[in-house]
Amino acid sequence: MSTTNIETWAVDLAEVTYLHPFVGSEGLLAIVGIVLWLGWHVWQCRFESAQYELTIRDHATDENIAKRLKEH
Amino acid sequence: MNTEIGALTTVFTEFYYWVTIPLMFLIHVGFCMYEVGCSRHKNHMHTLLKNTMVIPLVTVTWFFFGWWIYWALPGGPGITGGLGHPDPSFATAYTPWGESMAPRLDDRISGVFWAAFLLFAWTAASIVSGAVIERIRKVAFFIIAVMIGSVTWSIDAAWGWHYSGWMVEILGYHDAYASGVIHGIAGGCALGVLVVLGPRLGKFRADGTPVDIRPHNPWLVCIGIFLIYTGFWGFYVACNVPIIDAATIGGQITGDTLTATTIYLTPTTLSAIVFNFLMSLAGGMLAGYMVSKADAFWTYSGGLAGLITASAGNDLYHPIQAMIIGGVGTVIAYKLHFWVERKFKIDDAVGAVAVHGYAGFVGLIIAGFVLWGHPSSPYEGFAEITPWGQFLGAMIMFWGLGFLPAFIVAKILNGLGVLRIPREIEILGLDFTDSAESDRARQELIDAQQSA
Repeated sequence: MSTTNIETWAVDLAEVTYLHPFVGSEGLLAIVGIVLWLGWHVWQCRFESAQYELTIRDHATDENIAKRLKEH
Repeated sequence: MNTEIGALTTVFTEFYYWVTIPLMFLIHVGFCMYEVGCSRHKNHMHTLLKNTMVIPLVTVTWFFFGWWIYWALPGGPGITGGLGHPDPSFATAYTPWGESMAPRLDDRISGVFWAAFLLFAWTAASIVSGAVIERIRKVAFFIIAVMIGSVTWSIDAAWGWHYSGWMVEILGYHDAYASGVIHGIAGGCALGVLVVLGPRLGKFRADGTPVDIRPHNPWLVCIGIFLIYTGFWGFYVACNVPIIDAATIGGQITGDTLTATTIYLTPTTLSAIVFNFLMSLAGGMLAGYMVSKADAFWTYSGGLAGLITASAGNDLYHPIQAMIIGGVGTVIAYKLHFWVERKFKIDDAVGAVAVHGYAGFVGLIIAGFVLWGHPSSPYEGFAEITPWGQFLGAMIMFWGLGFLPAFIVAKILNGLGVLRIPREIEILGLDFTDSAESDRARQELIDAQQSA
């Protein structure tokens, strides 16, 4: 038993096609991949917004802004 | 692969394209160094990470749909053919679940082709990255990077950089080394985003005069552009088919002579493009040095602009033509950059719109005049190269597929409040959070040690 289509190398290589495991699951893999990609964008957007909110809350004092403006 | 000559041809072709991939990787390294060199200290890590993340995001989306778009849309669809014109089996094979998108012994080259085109896609997105530094939110840039890298660039390549693209067939569009299909569209895209994004704080005085925000590290900028020059060799070589015979092309060419061709399957030689690569680079550097009065930044950028201007026809130009065309394009790009900056208050931090967009646009039109009447394709019924075909092509690349989608997407992102960083963050610095968090963590550690 093998997760790939190949159970032995005692074959004519001209007849071998796919090498990867679980042949037939490509459609499902594509859906999973696209969901992971879109999910990453959502997570990144939330993370970035939270980071900015935290920074502004903790550090955007008049004194800090004035000091940084001089260096800007 | 069942005869020795067949195996040698396959391995040579695989290796030929494979070598271009690590070379083109250097373009991305160069862009990262260039951008960081141009940014101010407080924005370094944000600038670096923004461009670096183009790599994974465009890679996965190029796998999911970018490569399929290239094979699905050469006919429009609906202009010269339907979905997958001229052979729908290619488009079917290049879906993310398709038979050519997996490792298999009877298809040894699809992944290598996929990767070579992917590196072009990174370049398109990376060009935009530089223009918008120090004020764009990463979430916005990542969406725009996917848009140009895996959607609009792929559409323009299908239309104008494919042996059966409708722009080649109807307009006689000729853009052998991507003046328009990479640089024109990327410059237009950058401009579309910049119009909505606005300039960096402090870029323009109250009376509207621009402030020159100099690169904090010119040395890093210069090394970065040197690396882009180096990677450009891979880019050029990847644009050619290294060896093919007339029977395989299946067009009007007769005889048994094997040849290298462009992406349009029109004959050229590696020798021609090596001559012209160097001569157009030289023309751009000479002109950039002169027009900028020996400014290092614009001398280096002039080399790129020269190369980009001549790229549309560098498969055919005489080397001295390539040099002159490179020089002319560089002067135009330089002058336009500062005119647009003053007139429209556009803050293009690295000159990307000029070096890529204006130079690419001008290069397409020049190719239309210099190559007027040359056959754009080996196939019967395709239009010849003309100035008007090239002008329309340039308009489609820069404005139609570059500026317009970027402007619309930037407007939407702006409406959602995720295009530009908050004003306070721009002043404090985009890397401020990292430093604040590490300071806080350090303080907590000190407090914990003291209490113990």
